[in-house]
This record gives sequence, structure tokens and C-alpha cells, in this order.
Amino acid sequence: MKKMLPFVLLLVVVVAIQLLTAWTDTRYYLTQMTMSAYYALLIIGLCVVMGYAGQISIGHAGFFAIGGYLSAALTTRNLIAYKDTALVRVLDATGLIVAGEDIYGEALMAVTPWAACILAVLTAAVIALILGIPVLKLKGHYLAMATLGFGIIIYRIVLASAYFGEADGISEVPAFQLLPGLAVSGDFGARVSNYYIAWGLLLFGMLLMKNLIDSRVGRALRSIHGSEEAAESVGVDTARFKLQVFVISAVFAAVAGVFLTHYNGGIGPSEASVMKSVRYVAIVAVGGMAHLWGALFMGIALNFLSLRGVFGSYDDAVFGVILIVIMLFAPNGILSLDWRAYRRRLFPRGRAAETAGEGNR
Amino acid sequence: MTVELFIQYLFAGITYGAIYAIVGIGFNIIYNTTGIINFAQGEFVMLGGMIAISLMPFLPLSLAIALAVVITMICGALVEMVFIRWLDSPGVLRMIIITIGLSILIREVALHIWGESIRSLPYFVGDEITTVAVLGARISPQVLWVIGVCGLMVLVLSIFFKATSIGRQMRACAANRKAAILCGINTRNMVTLSFMLSAGIGALAGCVMSPITSTEYDIGTGLAIKGFTVAILGGLGNSMAAVGAGLLLGILEAFSISVMPLAFKDAIAITILLMILFVRPHGLFGSSTAAGLKEF
Repeated sequence: MKKMLPFVLLLVVVVAIQLLTAWTDTRYYLTQMTMSAYYALLIIGLCVVMGYAGQISIGHAGFFAIGGYLSAALTTRNLIAYKDTALVRVLDATGLIVAGEDIYGEALMAVTPWAACILAVLTAAVIALILGIPVLKLKGHYLAMATLGFGIIIYRIVLASAYFGEADGISEVPAFQLLPGLAVSGDFGARVSNYYIAWGLLLFGMLLMKNLIDSRVGRALRSIHGSEEAAESVGVDTARFKLQVFVISAVFAAVAGVFLTHYNGGIGPSEASVMKSVRYVAIVAVGGMAHLWGALFMGIALNFLSLRGVFGSYDDAVFGVILIVIMLFAPNGILSLDWRAYRRRLFPRGRAAETAGEGNR
Repeated sequence: MTVELFIQYLFAGITYGAIYAIVGIGFNIIYNTTGIINFAQGEFVMLGGMIAISLMPFLPLSLAIALAVVITMICGALVEMVFIRWLDSPGVLRMIIITIGLSILIREVALHIWGESIRSLPYFVGDEITTVAVLGARISPQVLWVIGVCGLMVLVLSIFFKATSIGRQMRACAANRKAAILCGINTRNMVTLSFMLSAGIGALAGCVMSPITSTEYDIGTGLAIKGFTVAILGGLGNSMAAVGAGLLLGILEAFSISVMPLAFKDAIAITILLMILFVRPHGLFGSSTAAGLKEF
């Protein structure tokens, strides 16, 4: 029961924020909170890969983009031209296609959001699996380069192919009807329900990750981070565990991509850019590599500030400075900073007085 | 494909390949003395070009370039002294993140100084329509400048590392840092020097390529990725292999345009890199035993 306490607390905070915004009439904050929650979902996935398994990935925006772009393309691209092909007919017969009219009254056939979502997430998982087998054999700089390369390839593909809208991205993505009466969409009326969908998903993801880390898999991962050779010598199948976690985090990223795309009603190539991947790494680093709650908290806080436009035209610069400062002074994240050690170094005399005081007591 | 077209593509490939090779060598110089991959390497190329362009109104071209190289070298030294010198044995992950942060920072500073406009240095000889006939193909004399300067830099660097005392001291750091300290080499200064050196060659490459490719605040990222690709393709730490890998990558890219749309150029280069990494994780020309002993 004690393990559930942080989750209950977070749930209380989430509800409190919603009530507070309703009370003070600042509901517009919920939009950024919703978006931040989806980004945070990706970040906790990346946190497990980087912090617990110790494998750097500078390509996670790629998985986000695979999820977002595939579901956007499948749910918006008109299949009417392929109406008579066998594949479309089979899909239609199984109820995976919605027929309707676009804004000009033309007949429109597209894949349903549920089917698109599942297909997009599965694709991301399969790509992560295929990519992960060779990539996770690499270490250090080579691993960083390989994941970076993957991110760039995805970015180039979405930027260069007409199917994904080239530089314009895909817009007018329809709402994602999760349950009757509950849809992921950017409608102003659905702001509160979407806020709860996003945070519910994030809490669920967090619960999964927390369980994963406290299980046998988690211990195996930490042993890999400590020393891969040592882990292997005690019988940990390092390759398999690394791959599992990599695929899971890719699925988290893809799910975040799907939901955020439906929420925003569109996606653009900047979501797949290298800068995004770097930003995710930065947030994981700031939260403290092996610190899920830290990653969650920082993911929400920094994304929220960035989305609110607090940093203005210095947005990227702020993330650069954060990266440098955190890595120079607090490589284990700001939550694990030893403030006392710093105070001792800055005010050596104050520390002496403190110990003297303790002696008197 | 006619012979002329083939040569045309070949020269385009060699030009870009030479630039990639210089950036790759810059990575290797720093990697050898510190074990760090400096992801801000591409930013030095951008700084060199940008500073030279800003100095152009006040100085003749050659002096502007020389001064730009010196200023970039000072920037390189400052970066090392402020952010890296005082860390004791930082981990690889930590250094990767710090240098990525540095590259973002330098880029953003450049954005706020020079803005988003695309600039370029004037052609060293003639102008954009001057051409020289080589084996039936027509190429700009600037292409020959790029190839010549990059070739010269490689030559001078290899003499520097083989024949001069400082060069040998730097190689000693690369081979075994502790042993180098025991021999009385100030390894910290060697690290600063390696940052200056790679900033300098990056800046010079940035100046000679500027008339052809033009300079913008954000060219560094793309170049760093290509340079890194080249350094890894050749096997980290091996500068001569980086030259071979650079030319190979440049030529592959140039010819890829003839079969695939231009937009996929980068994707092709990186796919090739990934393929090679998967088959030979220690690079094309690297040795697997040496890679096994090194801490990445």
C-alpha cells in the first residue's frame, strides 16, 4: 500500500489543478498540461532506457513521430481511389474503415482511429525491435551515433515524402473516439475530459514502469548499468533485457505520439527533429537519470514552461544551458543534489558553527 | 552516364568529402587526447565562416580568414577551459550531453548575433560563373581551393603529429595518458591545444567552403553529424582513415543524387553508416582488438 502513496498523491494534485483552474477561470492552462502529460509519457519511457539500462538514445523523437505520423496519415488520407482493391475491401468488411464526407462534400474513406493507433504503435514496436537488435550491441559514442542516425532518417523520410505531407505535416486529424462519449480531440468543450485522459494515461504508464523497475527486470537492468560484463557473468541475459526495455520505451513514445497528434489535430516534421530528441534527453538528465519521478516531474515542468512560451525565442538556448549546467554540477539530476555538501564548500565556517551547536545539544 | 557527368559528380563528391574529412579529423584530434567526442565540432566550422564574413568589410580576404581562424581557436580554447578542463574523469554519457549542450548554446548565440540570414564569403578567384575545364567537366576554381586547402591541412597535420615535439606529446596523450603524465607532459595543456587545433582546422574549412555552400547559423549540426559519421566509419581516433571515409561518404552522396531524390541524401548516407556499424562495430578501418580495449 505504501508503494501506491505517490500515485494517490499525484492523482490528488492532478484533480486539484483541474479544480483550481475551473475555480480561477484559467482553464486554458489545461491545454498545455495535457500536452505536457503526453510528452512526459515519452520521457518516462526514455528514462528507463537511459537511467536504468544505461543506454543513450538520441532518436526517441523518431518513435514519437512514427506513432503520430502513421496514425495521422491513416486516419486522414483518402482511400477512395483504392476502394476496389482487396486490402481496402477486407478492411471495410471488418469495420476498420470509416466512410464519410470531407469539408467539400467529397466521399472520404479512412482507417478508424483505433485501428490506426494499434497499427502505428505496433509498427513502432517492430521497428524498435529490428533496430534494437544490432544497435544495442554498440556502446557509448557508437550507440549515440546510431540512435541519432535513426532519428535523422525518420526526420528525412517524413520531410521528403508526400504521403506524410512534407514540410507542412498532416493537419485535420479527426478525433479519437476512445469510448462512446470520450474522445481525444482539441475541442474546447472537451478540454477537461482530455486533461483526465492524458493524465490517466500518464499515471497508468508510470505505474507500469514503476512495477517494471521494482521487478526482476528492473534489478537486471540496474546490474547492466553498473557493469555489463559483471551482469553477464551472473547470468543476466543483457541483450534481451536491453532490447525489451528499448521496445517498451518505443511503445510509450509511439502511444504519446498517437494521442498528442489526435489532441492537436495534426503533426509537423519538427516533432521528428533531432532537437526534440536532444530535448528529451535533456529532461531525463535534469530529472536525474535513474529517477522516474524526477523525470516525470521535470518532463511536466519544463514542457509546460516551454509550451507556454515562457522562454520566448531562447527556447532552445534554455534547454542547451540546462543540459550543460546540470551535467557539469549535478550529473545525477537536481533532485539528488547534495545541497549540504555545496553549503559546506561555500560557507565552511557556517558548517563548523553547526557542528558546534549540535555538540552543545 | 557520360564520362563528363561522372567526373562532375566525382568532383562534387570529393569537395564535400574533403570537408567531411576535415570535420572528422577535428573529432579525432579531440577524441585522441581526451576520449571525448566533441559534438560542438560543427559549430567551429560555422563560427569560422561567420567570423570571416563579418571581418570582410574591414580586412582583405586572406587576413579576414586568418583572423577568423585565430578567433575560432581562442573560442575552442575557452570552451575547453570553461566547461571541460576542471572535470575529473567524466563519463562518456555525461560528456556527450555536455558537448551537445555546448553545440546548442553556440548555435543559439550565433543566431542572436548574426540572425537567420544566409551569408557567404566571396569566391577566392573569379566569381560564381568562373569555371575551369577538368577532363571535359567544368568546375568552379573554388572547388579546387577546397580540395587543395583540405589536402594541405591533412599533410601539415600528419607532419605536425609525426615530426614536431608538441605533436608527439599529443600522440603520447592519446596512447596512454598516465604514461604521458609520468614523462612530464602537461596533459591538460595538450587537451586545450587539441581543442584549439580542431577549432582551427574546422574554421579554415568553414572559410574555404563558404563561397560554395554558404554559411548559416545552423550548418553546424549537419556537418557535425557527417563528420561524426566519417570519424566512426574510419574507426574513432584514426585520422588518416577519416580522410578515406570522408571521401567515400562524399562520393556516395554525390552519386546517390543521380538515383534518389535530393531530399533523401542524408538518409542514404546515414543508412550506409548504420549498415557498416552493424557489420563492423569498430569502423571500416578500425581494429576490433583495439576497440575492445578502449573505453568508449
